[in-house]
Amino acid sequence: MARTVTPARKLTFTLLAWGVGLLIFFPILWTVLTSFKTEGDAVASPPRFLFFDWTLENYAAVQERSPYVRHFLNSIAIALGSTLLGLAVAVPAAWSMAFQPAKRTRDVLIWMLSTKMMPAVGVLIPIYLLFRDLGLLDTRSGVIVVLMLMNLPIIVWMLYTYFREIPAEILEAARMDGAGLWHEIRHVLLPMALPGIASTMLLNIILAWNEAFWTLNLTTSKAAPLTAFIASYSSPEGLFYAKLSAASTMAIAPIVIMGWFSQKQLVRGLTFGAVK
Amino acid sequence: MGSITLRQVRKSFGPVEVIPGVDLDISDGEFVVFVGPSGCGKSTLLRLIAGLEDVTAGQILIDGQDVTHAAPSKRRLAMVFQSYALYPHMTVRKNIAFPLKMAGLPPAEQDARVGQAAGILNLTPYLDRRPGQLSGGQRQRVAIGRAIVREPAAFLFDEPLSNLDAALRVNMRVEISQLHKKLATTMVYVTHDQVEAMTMADKIVVLQAGRIEQVGSPLDLYNRPANRFVAGFIGSPNMNFVEGEAAARLGAHAIGVRPEHWQLSTSAGALQGTVGVAEHLGSDTFLHVGLDGGTPIVVRAPGEVPVHHGDRIWLTPQDGRIYRFDAQGMAL
Amino acid sequence: MATRHQRGLARLMVAPSVVLLLGWMIVPLAMTLWFSFQSYNLLSPGTEQFIGLMNYRFFLSDPAFWAALTNTLLIVGGVLVITVGGGVLLALLIDQPMWGQGIVRILVIAPFFIMPTVSALVWKNMFLNPVNGLFAWIAKLLGAQPVDFLAQYPLASIIGIVAWQWLPFATLILLTALQSLDSEQMEAAEMDGAGAWAKFTHLTLPHLSRPITVVVLIETIFLLSVFAEILVTTNGGPGYQSTNLTYLVYSQALLQFDVGGASAGGIVAVILANIVAIFLMRLIGRTLD
Repeated sequence: MARTVTPARKLTFTLLAWGVGLLIFFPILWTVLTSFKTEGDAVASPPRFLFFDWTLENYAAVQERSPYVRHFLNSIAIALGSTLLGLAVAVPAAWSMAFQPAKRTRDVLIWMLSTKMMPAVGVLIPIYLLFRDLGLLDTRSGVIVVLMLMNLPIIVWMLYTYFREIPAEILEAARMDGAGLWHEIRHVLLPMALPGIASTMLLNIILAWNEAFWTLNLTTSKAAPLTAFIASYSSPEGLFYAKLSAASTMAIAPIVIMGWFSQKQLVRGLTFGAVK
Repeated sequence: MGSITLRQVRKSFGPVEVIPGVDLDISDGEFVVFVGPSGCGKSTLLRLIAGLEDVTAGQILIDGQDVTHAAPSKRRLAMVFQSYALYPHMTVRKNIAFPLKMAGLPPAEQDARVGQAAGILNLTPYLDRRPGQLSGGQRQRVAIGRAIVREPAAFLFDEPLSNLDAALRVNMRVEISQLHKKLATTMVYVTHDQVEAMTMADKIVVLQAGRIEQVGSPLDLYNRPANRFVAGFIGSPNMNFVEGEAAARLGAHAIGVRPEHWQLSTSAGALQGTVGVAEHLGSDTFLHVGLDGGTPIVVRAPGEVPVHHGDRIWLTPQDGRIYRFDAQGMAL
Repeated sequence: MATRHQRGLARLMVAPSVVLLLGWMIVPLAMTLWFSFQSYNLLSPGTEQFIGLMNYRFFLSDPAFWAALTNTLLIVGGVLVITVGGGVLLALLIDQPMWGQGIVRILVIAPFFIMPTVSALVWKNMFLNPVNGLFAWIAKLLGAQPVDFLAQYPLASIIGIVAWQWLPFATLILLTALQSLDSEQMEAAEMDGAGAWAKFTHLTLPHLSRPITVVVLIETIFLLSVFAEILVTTNGGPGYQSTNLTYLVYSQALLQFDVGGASAGGIVAVILANIVAIFLMRLIGRTLD
């Protein structure tokens, strides 16, 4: 609104909002700070906020407990793998539903979404037994496939809402200009939908990175991503707050930063385009 | 070469028949305009010719060759869309070159042809801009440029001027007509605006509810409308229709007189009425007259006519300018 | 609208997604259903036999089931109330004119990106721990006795942790919706003499009703199957005080190896989710238009 805001009013809201914001953010800040403390400082009472001996030893120690790098790579492989695989399956489907809708398209979309409603425990046992019999337990490819299937409805939906914003006339123009289906998708649809595809990827990487039901149940060590690695800290061994914090900081940093950059698209993706 | 022939072309969307069966011949080099009110099937007919929709029954021939089931890209046609449908992520140069790239022309040849088209359309300074940075008229030219580089058998235009403002529309109308003279390629042009149809067409096809009401040159349609629909649709302002006694006297169900074919008098004439609104444009005067029977009539008188609201006047149709229609609306 | 050829191609291109999802849904679900009628324990292989509805009778008459059902609903309901209520307030606050709005947004949204195992462990150890946690220190500062949250209030603690993770989500969506509120509408209301409260109840709240619905729907999907937070904090305990359906089925299957019983539990969870889903999908279907 164009009305002028008094500085006092603005200051009040600024202080209030920053206060609440910092309060909500505090656990993360505290984790990051603790990761630079010695184990002694980490449990000191009263707590030490900034004046402690800053150290990087915890980051080194995390690697000793279990090969952190391996879990990190597993997380990357699982998040990227499941997202790319999902995109490969979803792009053609979303193209067809957005530009060649049939009478049933709407029902198919709703049905796809409804598969997200199925609780994972409903299929945990058969999937677990199938994986055991097929030798897929604790393998990256197994987890990639499951997470791809988990997130496929969201990928299709997001792409669908982005594709629908591209005017059909432009694709028809390409057809008139002599482009076959492949050229139509390659030269016109994909470049135009690139921002949408990028945010779809981003959101799915975040979801897959943080997924903590299947990753905990289907992996033990070899293919365990960071979620499972962090869970191993739930049985404490001596003083471990600083190491836990270091491991946590490393596990969340990449995704929090990615998330910050994709806030806007995130809203749209998570609400299936219902809120933009 | 670009003659187009439609033989008993029908189109249904599910149970709804949009085009119940159309026969039409378009000869090479002709400028044909499909005109009709919205929803009359003119755009659908164009899209059938383009191959963007497939026909339910019937045949489409281009240069005598059956293309009924050919993909759009195989028909050697170029189309200009209502929204221009430019590729927003490509520069003007790439937009225009796209059909050539798809046709697999060598880059040097592409450049030469793009340069030539840009020259014709005054787009040379804008070649490295993107569509988003262009004005409506410039976008329109890019869309036309993209169509002409391929040297297609025929151009299809789908209401290309409807997104432009009034002044620009007149300019583009002239430019497209000039382009047609220069290229002498078949053009099929869809519009709901009868002024565009009258000014540009060699041949007008008037459509209503998917049927062809009449095909002919602009003056044919103006002078010899086949029925009441065509008579009312062609000409601006619309033809006036009078029913009842005045029509019965001439042996018709209804008579039609164009606004420009009335004689005005303050003393005597065939029909009497009261002036409601008088619009003085200088060049013309438009009178909205309510006849004593209640029928509203629009009269177009050349020059300045000293008639005002509330005046009583007499109207007489000019000799030989009365159109007579039967109860079914067919011309007698 | 297109040609037959195109339509055929289009159907072909949807097929992989549909077939994959259908397989993912039907095959394991059918297997779960089959197991649920079997006496089947991984520890005694070869003794499987058909026992009809016995597993269901056991599962449904187990006090653990009712505790888990109640806890599941309490978690969903509790988190929804906190996040939607808090989300509306926070969104309204952040929407006010202020300095550094973008940074506040970033601070508030951050918890949503934290993986569940991390947030659960951080809360468990560094905040809720009765000896070394920050809350214990605050209690001591105030002269009170530190509380062992996870032992004394396990469910409330879990609700708190999960709500912390989901509050940003609600806030972000409601804030986005608020910012799309037509300012001309607001100005028109002012011209009509509406005060701040009238504007809130007559314009802002109705405008937020749709995003609130969306938030409720989506959070419900995820909240019905909270798992990692329970696994790493309380293991469902003490007793069954913080066990939800997901955790109960997990523990029966992978800790007690009772495939039959766990499958029956899984089917019950699916039925429960479907009851919620039918109602949710209707609403989502409406927001599509």
